[in-house]
Amino acid sequence: MSEDRMTGAQILMQALRDQDVDVIFGYPGGAVLPIYDALFAQNAIRHILVRHEQGAVHAAEGYARSTGKVGCVLVTSGPGATNAVTGLTDALMDSIPIVCIAGQVPTHLIGNDAFQECDTTGITRPCTKHNYLVKEVDRLARTVHEAFYVARNGRPGPVVIDLPKDVQFAEGTYVAPEDVVHRTYRPTVSAEPTALERAMEIIAGAKRPIFYTGGGVINAGPAASEALRQLVRLTGYPCTNTLMGLGAFPANDPQFLGMLGMHGTYEANLAMYNCDVMINIGARFDDRVTGKLSEFSPNSTKIQVDIDPSSINKNVRVDLAIVADAGQALAEMVRIWQARGYRADRPALDAWWGQIKQWRARDCLYFNQDKTPGAVIKPQHAIKRLAELTADRENVYITTEVGQHQMWAAQFVPFNQPNRWMTSGGLGTMGYGLPAAMGVQVAHPDALVIDIAGEASIMMNIQELSTLAQYRLPVKVFITNNHWMGMVRQWQELLHGERYSESYMDSLPDFVKLAESFGAVGLRATKVEEVDDTIAEMMAIDRTVIVDMHVDPKENCFPMIPGGAAHYDMILGPDDRGEQRTSEEGMVLV
Amino acid sequence: MSPQDPSTERHTIAVLVDNEPGVLARVIGLFSGRGYNIESLTVAEVDPENRRSRITLATSGTRMIIEQIKAQLSRLVPIHVVSDLTDDGPSVERELALIKVATADNRENRIESLRIADIFRARVVDSTPDSFVFEVTGASGKIDAFIGLMRPLGLADLSRTGVAAMARGRTGLLDGS
Repeated sequence: MSEDRMTGAQILMQALRDQDVDVIFGYPGGAVLPIYDALFAQNAIRHILVRHEQGAVHAAEGYARSTGKVGCVLVTSGPGATNAVTGLTDALMDSIPIVCIAGQVPTHLIGNDAFQECDTTGITRPCTKHNYLVKEVDRLARTVHEAFYVARNGRPGPVVIDLPKDVQFAEGTYVAPEDVVHRTYRPTVSAEPTALERAMEIIAGAKRPIFYTGGGVINAGPAASEALRQLVRLTGYPCTNTLMGLGAFPANDPQFLGMLGMHGTYEANLAMYNCDVMINIGARFDDRVTGKLSEFSPNSTKIQVDIDPSSINKNVRVDLAIVADAGQALAEMVRIWQARGYRADRPALDAWWGQIKQWRARDCLYFNQDKTPGAVIKPQHAIKRLAELTADRENVYITTEVGQHQMWAAQFVPFNQPNRWMTSGGLGTMGYGLPAAMGVQVAHPDALVIDIAGEASIMMNIQELSTLAQYRLPVKVFITNNHWMGMVRQWQELLHGERYSESYMDSLPDFVKLAESFGAVGLRATKVEEVDDTIAEMMAIDRTVIVDMHVDPKENCFPMIPGGAAHYDMILGPDDRGEQRTSEEGMVLV
Repeated sequence: MSPQDPSTERHTIAVLVDNEPGVLARVIGLFSGRGYNIESLTVAEVDPENRRSRITLATSGTRMIIEQIKAQLSRLVPIHVVSDLTDDGPSVERELALIKVATADNRENRIESLRIADIFRARVVDSTPDSFVFEVTGASGKIDAFIGLMRPLGLADLSRTGVAAMARGRTGLLDGS
């Protein structure tokens, strides 16, 4: 083999190195053995052996979201690729940059129903931003560079490269990344200046404004979050974040109204309903945010900044649409506000804040924790204490599974920095949190990484405890164990006449013994007075820990906007059920 | 502000794409996955040197849906240009159809079909003692009308290409992309 000739597998490794990949999450199999051979022969890229390919993609998501880099995954053909599909869909919905290399049967066997063959590009077409089947080794390097470019630019997302085994063996020529220019994909990142000027004019004239910001601000990098802080503070306007956007604006800032949406705060949702100018940066008017569309913020002028034109006017028609990178747009908006000498309408803004303070006074996140020894633990109390007891630690990263605990985490853990919060927002994937935490811990070995979990979700990717053991990743798994699929149970209670069909978690494992069997430490708390000590003990242990926190099985997550209801129609707590509020149209919504 | 405009519009959209495997599947998958209609679809390579194909599709939906369709098409990676021919000024649309009329031994139907074909400037491309195949081109409405007239005379088979369309005037999709 001459100097510049390499095998496909070697070209792949070289391309990944040149794309700044330092970690791959993967699982070997017949169709990727040449790649594993090339991996074996080098030291620049570390491979983390997961226990299920879904875990590999979620781990790469955790890695990507906590670092801002592209996460990288390597799986084999057939079941390896199909197991990755949930993770890829999750990354697509939440705009997470991932490159997934999938092995494929040799080119001449494609379409023959060969062993471990599946139509990977066909299956992953709707759940990736883009995908490739590489049939010629001389196209491989270029394709890998393109894949990384597509994954990280514009609205980020997952990209699959399907790589037949014969191409991994074939000899070809390497092409460096700087030699590759994309033919078609050039997303708009800079806003039209006149549109931003117009936006700032509207914003400056607002009487009841609100900033509504989402994951786009996080994806645009830390500078975007910094620019958002500047702009919000300059204007003095209130700010609410979506589930995906938490951390972009500091939760400890008095101008922060908390999360909005189905389980968002009373003040955030009412401010959205009553505002006269809505400034949406990097959020997509998801149905969990808008509630009933026809009654969504009916009297406001809506400005939307998004890098993806298809996110504009999809659910909600906006008055001023600006296609741009959130960071660039925000920096420019700050500049215009200062350059034009804009000032907020002080009397109107004071009146608006007065109104917001009244809504805040409802204390919508109130819960009643009985403090007498032996009392049952409220899940909100457990999560709130977890947040309070870890508040003075630098570098705390929180992941979650999906369900009630996820919403309580979003409500009770204050995020003051971006990239510290990883949750499955769009797809709502139970089983996301543990492998995501694994990916975060790989990227940040010294950080405190906590997966806030429910006992149902944690069972969905529990096998990854074995990966944590192998790489000595000291992830803390904090299970709020209520013996129910809590959110399913809550909907059955509120919407389905308390018929608890199949939502009870029977035959749960003993989580303490389960932890021990995987070489981790298991802790349990069942009474309110044990909460603080258990959390302190968890933090003191420099190994993987599972905390089995037994919590009130009947607790529901409030506030709640029932499906199909408007923002003003929130259920604030267990005593606020009132009449049956869910309409028939609402019942069919998920 | 009403989020949905109930009025439905028909739009012809031309898309210039890289002619690579799977590109048509991406376009069709987008329509089926998001519940949009495709009323007509034509595709062929138009720029062999740069391996680019042109997809022309006709779809209908509310204004908001049409805008969504265009935005969703634009964000597919191998797509160069998306042009809404219905919105972007005047355009010409043509379709070709092959229409088989089997008249059996009905001599009057045979003459009548030739007479109608003449009016529509259709050509006879195959002839047997008891059938004709006509080739007709024109706007879809003209072809619909022709088929309507042929149906009672013994319409036996029908093949339509779908709409090919282009903006009037000197600019085109192939320039500057």
